[in-house]
Amino acid sequence: MERVPILKIGDILLVSIQLDMSDQTAVQLQEDLAERIVATGCHGVIIDITALDIVDSFVGRMLSTIASISRVLDAETVVAGMRPAVAITLVELGLSLNGIRTALNVERGMELIAAARADELDHQLDDDPDVETATP
Amino acid sequence: MALSTEETGRLVALLGAQADRVTSRWTEIVTSSLRGRLSQAELRRQVQDLHSAIITTGEQGDFDLSADNAAELRAALSELSRGRARQGFSATETSISVFALKDVLAELVQESDGKGALHDYVAFAKLVDEMGLFTFDSFVRTRESLIADQAEQLLELSTPVVKLWEGVVAVPLVGTLDSARAQVVMERLLQTLVDTSSPYAIIDITGVPAVDTQVAQHILKTVVAARLMGADCIISGIRPQIAQTIVALGIEFGDIATKASLADALRHVLRLTGVETARRQPRRDA
Repeated sequence: MERVPILKIGDILLVSIQLDMSDQTAVQLQEDLAERIVATGCHGVIIDITALDIVDSFVGRMLSTIASISRVLDAETVVAGMRPAVAITLVELGLSLNGIRTALNVERGMELIAAARADELDHQLDDDPDVETATP
Repeated sequence: MALSTEETGRLVALLGAQADRVTSRWTEIVTSSLRGRLSQAELRRQVQDLHSAIITTGEQGDFDLSADNAAELRAALSELSRGRARQGFSATETSISVFALKDVLAELVQESDGKGALHDYVAFAKLVDEMGLFTFDSFVRTRESLIADQAEQLLELSTPVVKLWEGVVAVPLVGTLDSARAQVVMERLLQTLVDTSSPYAIIDITGVPAVDTQVAQHILKTVVAARLMGADCIISGIRPQIAQTIVALGIEFGDIATKASLADALRHVLRLTGVETARRQPRRDA
């Protein structure tokens, strides 16, 4: 069975989907990714779909599921590199990929995750009175 | 509608015997109808082409406009109407160039005054009618292809995507937005977003004369598609009347940013990207 490779770049896991997803591959990817997030403690997941010509409801649901799983494990998911034709088809089909952040390419996706992470840390600092007093 | 062998023979004899007279009379009639918008020499050349094509057809067999031996005649007729259509002549002015042959034939038949002259004339007239209708058909075809070409050119002309700033592109929409144009705009905008990797797009609708639910639907689809790709869209250039129409129609733009002018939209994007603009002390000339 084919597996989708998961690459670790700094604090981010990069998944580049380059083959047609089947049920089995999708389930395997979800399991692998969950394991890797826990094992590495990464806070960001980028799913690169530049190579995908077709994104149907099945792939859409898979992306949503992966995003949900990652969120539970405190990792932000960004889908990067969707092709214009794919985006148009999704809109025509009425699929909107709710709850998934998107970026034009992997680079932008990494910036997005870094920015989101920085925001989150800021909030945590604001919430924690001890830290705030410690850093005047 | 075909002429019999005898009729064809008589037609060829009639037209061939006094070729010069036929063409000059024919040219004369056409010239008067076109009121000098084509030169006499050019008309004469066209008429001579038709005349020789008719004679060739008749010599090669029974006269039938749809038969193989009339291929040259059909080509000559198409050529004539194509030329006229492109030069902007009306359908009447085009078909009269062919119908003028009837007048010439009437005169010739009257002079010959033979037996069955009337019968011959009726047969010839039917043939000329057929040729006229053929001209008319090709005239319309030419015009239609002209219109199709122009529509395509319009489609290409009217949808530029311009780069306003690093990471900011804009589409100034001009003219009515139908489904075909909306599709082109959407594709071009999304492709530009990928090519320039710009995370912001401004759709300026200053030049759109009216926004109805359909146009709004197209714009919304574009915005949603851009979002799916990871870019944000801002709609700008909403004129007061358009704003009223949008509210009256109950169109919801949801959480899409809308701005009154392109300048406002650009300022909004620059603020989002953290670009500061500052006014310098104006330079004073001595």
